Amino acid sequence: MSIRGVASIAGIFEHPLRKALDKSVAQLHAEVAAGALADAGLSLRDVDGYFCAGDAPGLGPLSMAEYLNINPRFLNSTDTGGSSYLIHVISAAQAIAAGQCNVALITLAGRPRSEGAVGTGVRGNAQPDMQWESPYRPSVANLYAMFAARHMFEFGTTSEQLAWIKVAASHHAQHNPHAMLRETVTVEDVLNSPVIASPLHRLDCCVVSDGGGAIVVTRPELARELGKPDIRLRGGGAAVKHQAGGKLDLTFTAAVRSGEAAFTEAGVTPADIRYASIYDSFTITVLAQLEDLGFCAKGQGGKFVADGALIAGKGRLAVNTDGGGLCNNHPANRGGVTKIIEAVRQLRGQAHPLVQVPDCRLALAQAMGGTLSTRHVSATLILERM
Amino acid sequence: MSELPLLTAPEPNPETVFFWEQAALKKFFVKTCNDCSQAHWYPRARCPFCESANTEWRESAGLGKIYSFSLVSPAKAPYVIAFVSLDEGPTLLTNIIAPDHADIAIGHLVRVAFAPAGQNMSIPVFTLVTERPSPAL
Repeated sequence: MSIRGVASIAGIFEHPLRKALDKSVAQLHAEVAAGALADAGLSLRDVDGYFCAGDAPGLGPLSMAEYLNINPRFLNSTDTGGSSYLIHVISAAQAIAAGQCNVALITLAGRPRSEGAVGTGVRGNAQPDMQWESPYRPSVANLYAMFAARHMFEFGTTSEQLAWIKVAASHHAQHNPHAMLRETVTVEDVLNSPVIASPLHRLDCCVVSDGGGAIVVTRPELARELGKPDIRLRGGGAAVKHQAGGKLDLTFTAAVRSGEAAFTEAGVTPADIRYASIYDSFTITVLAQLEDLGFCAKGQGGKFVADGALIAGKGRLAVNTDGGGLCNNHPANRGGVTKIIEAVRQLRGQAHPLVQVPDCRLALAQAMGGTLSTRHVSATLILERM
Repeated sequence: MSELPLLTAPEPNPETVFFWEQAALKKFFVKTCNDCSQAHWYPRARCPFCESANTEWRESAGLGKIYSFSLVSPAKAPYVIAFVSLDEGPTLLTNIIAPDHADIAIGHLVRVAFAPAGQNMSIPVFTLVTERPSPAL
């Protein structure tokens, strides 16, 4: 069963806060839920499908269902880190197509900036990989850094090329009043920032921020009745990649397969995409996904992103026009929901005028959960304004 | 930087306790499948390649080369995390211990060493070597 065309994104909301000292995590989830439902012209009483991931407090969706006082008949708490929320959109479309819900609410929220937490994992003794890795002091940054180091070794990618990804994000963030980092930076600024884990500098890393976001997915008929632009899910895909029993290959990501699935279902190619939200936990994350989605050939990502190529209105492909995780927001250390939100803004024509892609009809949202080097789940959505 | 760091002790389970008992004796074992003959990492009771439960621990010389690495926090208490590809095939996450971090490079030959971890344990790390030991060893 294809999910092409069976569901629409009728509501979006991004929490304006980047620091939420005086709010609970459940409260933040409730605030983004209210915002997205209001955007759709709906209320909690209309929600019959609810989706959340590991950032939600309590047991799967149960604790939040009680907190929100909703009684959905379809629940899903797939947790793949930052890509969870794209998978939720795919799952919501499947549930809608199967008649199992009509209004699906997806929430993400957290306060790692207030709580001082980095990383998305729930780590316990039973996690089979932990005893083989945790003694060696892995961190999110150094696990991504090793992917970058191998990419540089294989393909000659440079720190200057990676820096251009941050430069583009900062050029977009200057127009976003909610962005955590609004000052534009140069390639030199990135290269002069301290090395956190070679070859990655501090400015190659995304922000740690509080906040969140929510998405409302509905039947297309309902979205049209609500009077919103009909932003239709045209294709979706998810894929996992890990160390494969020791047959490690750090030259590609699972986006190779999630992207192929999404493009095949949508019946379009990367050349048709006018705007792309690309998960940017680190600069290298963007470069790898652009290659693996087919926006350029493998190994050519450095050349593809250089010289401002990702800046809206100037470059070849507008990427992360909200400033992305690198400058705007990385709530709960999981940026997936904001990737969908900015893609919908672009398709509605509601992005900031200085970064809006003219007549944007086809957009892509791409996210990555886990780490590029050890294990991750990639998810790709292709969205279309009808 | 050549001193072995005291690392966090791993938490063995029934599937892995043999490995850690041997590591405490400075012996390095790799799980290998008796049916498909492939070594894998991290060690499992069942072969991740052919689904066989006929796997066994085989002692390894612990030789390999660096697949990728990162020098972490160079400004303060630096350490090197790395993936090392063993001569037996599998690539594993580890630390590289080297007197001079500038010598570390992708492709460099390495050999296993053991760093103390927790109270009575040791974990495999790798040190740089310039050539393979002679086959007569």
